[in-house]
This record gives sequence, C-alpha cells and structure tokens, in this order.
Amino acid sequence: MASLGIDVLFKGTNFLRLLQGLWVSIEISLISVVLSIFLGLVVGVLMTVNNKILHAFLKVYLETVRIMPQMVLLFIVYFGTTRVFGWDMSAESSAIFVFTFWGTAEMGDLVRGSIKSIPIIQFESAWALGMDKLQTYFYIILPQTVRRLIPLSINLITRMIKTTSLVMMIGIVEVLKVAQQIIEANRKTSPNAAFGVFLVVFLLYFIVCWPISRLAAYLEKRWA
Amino acid sequence: MKKNFINKVTGLTLVGALAVSGFTACGASASSSDVAGTDEATVESASSAAGYRTLDEIKESGTINIGVFSDKSPFGFVDENGEYAGYDVYFAERIGEDLGVKINYVSTEAANRIEYLQTGKVDIILANFTVTEERAQEVDFALPYMNVALGVVSPDSAVVESLDDLGADDQIIVISGTTAETYLTKNYPDIKLQKYDAYAEAKTAFENGTGVAWANDNTEVIAFSLENEGYTVGIPSLGDQDTIAPAVTKGNDTLLKWLNEEIETLGTENFFHADYEATLLDTYGADYEDTLVLEGGK
Repeated sequence: MASLGIDVLFKGTNFLRLLQGLWVSIEISLISVVLSIFLGLVVGVLMTVNNKILHAFLKVYLETVRIMPQMVLLFIVYFGTTRVFGWDMSAESSAIFVFTFWGTAEMGDLVRGSIKSIPIIQFESAWALGMDKLQTYFYIILPQTVRRLIPLSINLITRMIKTTSLVMMIGIVEVLKVAQQIIEANRKTSPNAAFGVFLVVFLLYFIVCWPISRLAAYLEKRWA
Repeated sequence: MKKNFINKVTGLTLVGALAVSGFTACGASASSSDVAGTDEATVESASSAAGYRTLDEIKESGTINIGVFSDKSPFGFVDENGEYAGYDVYFAERIGEDLGVKINYVSTEAANRIEYLQTGKVDIILANFTVTEERAQEVDFALPYMNVALGVVSPDSAVVESLDDLGADDQIIVISGTTAETYLTKNYPDIKLQKYDAYAEAKTAFENGTGVAWANDNTEVIAFSLENEGYTVGIPSLGDQDTIAPAVTKGNDTLLKWLNEEIETLGTENFFHADYEATLLDTYGADYEDTLVLEGGK
C-alpha cells in the first residue's frame, strides 16, 4: 500500500495546528447553533402567529436565507458592511452573525412545521382546561414540538458545523484551511499527503458530529 | 418580544445592507467615468468610511496587516511550525522591519484579495498579485517585484501543447479570481473551465485527472511540473508577459509612495535576488532566477 502521507501531520506543530483549526470551526458553529436554536424557537412560534405584517416580514427573511448562498452572506456581512457603513466587524463575529442568521431562519421554519403538525385538538383541550395562550404553548405545545424537532434540527446543526469550512473565504484559518496549508507546504516531499490529511479531517468532523447524533438518538428515545 | 425585536433589527440591517451594497456597486463603476465634483465627494467619503490607513497611522498603531497566501508554496505558505514563509513573505518581513512595525498576516484567497484592500481590512496585499488593467482600476499597484506569464501544465501521457487542440469535452482547471481564469474566459470562451477556490483543491483535482490540463501563472505550473513526476508544461508562456506587484487600497498614496521607494532602495542591494535564493531556488533552480526576478521595479 502506498503511503497515505499521514506522517506530514507529525512534522513540527502540524497536528496541533490542525486541532486549533478544528477548535475554531467548533467555536464558530457551537455559538451559532446555540443562538440559532433559541432564536429559532422564537421565530418559529412567531411564524404561526396570525399577523399579516409579521408574516410577510418573516417570509422575506426566510426566503432571503434560502436564496442566498452562505458564501455571499459572508461576503456581504464581512466586506459589505465595512464598505457601506464603515463598520469593522471581526471575521469571527461576521461568521457567527451569518451562521446564526441562517440557522435561525431554518430552525424557525422547522419549529413552524413541527407546531403545525400538532393536532388542533391539543390546543383546544388545553384551552378547555382553562390554560391561557402562553401556558398552552409552554406546557402542551412546545414540549411536543421539541420532540419532533430533534431529528430535523440535528441535520441542520451538523450541516452548520460542516459549512464553517466556508469561513476561510473571509480569512479565518479553520480546520480545512490548515489541512490545505499542510498539504501545500509538503507537496514536494509527500505528494500523497492530500489523501491522508483529508482523511484525518474527515475523522475530525466525524468525531464532532457523531456525539451530536448519538445525543439526539438518546433524547428521542427518552422523550418518546 | 425582545428577541423578536432583535431579529427584526438584524433582518432589516441585512436587507438594508443588501440594497445599499447593490447601489454602491453600480455607483462606483458609474462614477469612475464621471469627473463631476459631486461624484468625487461621494467617492471620497466612501473610501474614508472603508478606512484605509495612511503610513503614519500604520506606524503609530505598531502593526501592519499584510494579506498573503497561506497555501501557495513557495510564494506564500505556512511551514510546519505554523510560521508564514515564501518569496512574498520574505519581502513582507523586510517591509515590517523597515517600517519598524509588527506584521499581522491575513490568509487570503485569490478571489477576495481586492475586497480586502477596498475595505481596508489589510494594508498591503502581497499575494502573488499579477498587475492587470482591470485590477489597477480597483486598487493601486506599487512597483513590480517579479515577472510572470500564464502557463499550462498537463500529464506526460497527454501533453496539451496548444489550446486549439483541445477536444470538445476537455476541461481545463483554473482557480477563481486568477488571471488564467480571466484570460481563458475572454480569449477561449468555448473551453470548458473547472473552477476551484483554493490552490490546494485545484492541484488535488488536477492530480486526480478531473481536467486535461491546469492553467495558471507559469511560475506555479513550472514549479508543479518540477516537483511532481509525470507532468510537463506544454505551454510555458501564454498571453502577455505580466508582472507581480504589491497592492494597496486605491488612494492610499502615502503607503504607495513609501513602498515604491522601498522597492527602489532594495534594488540597490539586490534584495529580490537574495529573496529568490532563499525561497525559490529549491523549486526553480538557478536557471529561472533572472527570468523571474525584477529588481528595483524594472
């Protein structure tokens, strides 16, 4: 078997740098995911509210996120705001902003779908028991919604983690960029390194995403 | 309700930013042909909002932001100890030394180099930046420090010696935002291009045979064929002979003037030959030294 070139990872501080890069990816995605989940719950509930202006506004928001590639959003937020308003947002905050902006919209839509899927009789029964709107949502609807949300949101969360590789376009050196740097710096001595290094990157992403899907499976079972 | 409000604000801001950036993009291209006083004024305020830093401001802050490639060996790359290195970086180090400031390296991609300068997020781009007319309208180039032309590399088994010989389904690999992409799109619109954002991706794709050839700066493709067995540069020089130069934000005259003087001064001590010998000699050998190196901007 030909050498996979994994040995380049053990030169100097290469492996440490790769892990630092991974941490950058995790940091950006975790902050965005947590913010997206909370804001998404709120936006999702608002999407079910019968208010034309609010509805139209959220529709525009959701469609913007759907249509715009994340890369374009990153460029607009990182370079666009500086160009137009002169704000100097750091690359990290721009990335977190864009990922939260995206995650909140998609999460909100998932929440909306989950709420809509709950039979109307659940609302009516709660009202018949004398609960007000807030109580109905808090005690009856949201717990059921959250359960339905788990598999859906896991897809979104893992996708957000993997999409952080785009932030290299605004100068953030994350795990994939470090991998490219390592491959490139060693192309002469170990031309096969691309395979080995990308394999390791694949494993690193797996190590990050797998516990999340295990946690989801556990929660689904427990709350079923 | 508070979160709703925040959402509204963020949403509105973004939609606003979208609209405004659309307008300014059109505005900028329109006003470059206008010489009317009012247009001058808007351009002025826009550029100061974007905020490039003058030479004095950089010196005062003690740090200069220099945009370099981090995956383009041997011009700009990161070595195994995590330090930036290469031909461009060797020059950047000297700039930092002569200005008496620390250097903050920013890892750039070919496609975002102009954005970085126009928003003032870096002070200088030293990322193998080829001087072209289109780019010169967007940024200010200092004196050149290297020669370059386009080249096309292909596997030994099927060497591409002329772009006219390509089959209808043959794809050529290019990197987005490079002169190779622009040149081929303009002069060979029928050739199918396979575009990549990062150098590492493009080379890996090429090695895996997803395209019949890879077009890029000839320095890149010569280096590639010398480093890798089984590849030949079938077309060593395509299109015009170009130069590579540092670039600064348009209008940043103090920094531009300093850079030009620096390059002229360095010419007297044959700095770029020393740079070549320190960083490029291993890759290109001594034969290409005088072809590639430009001393003192000439």
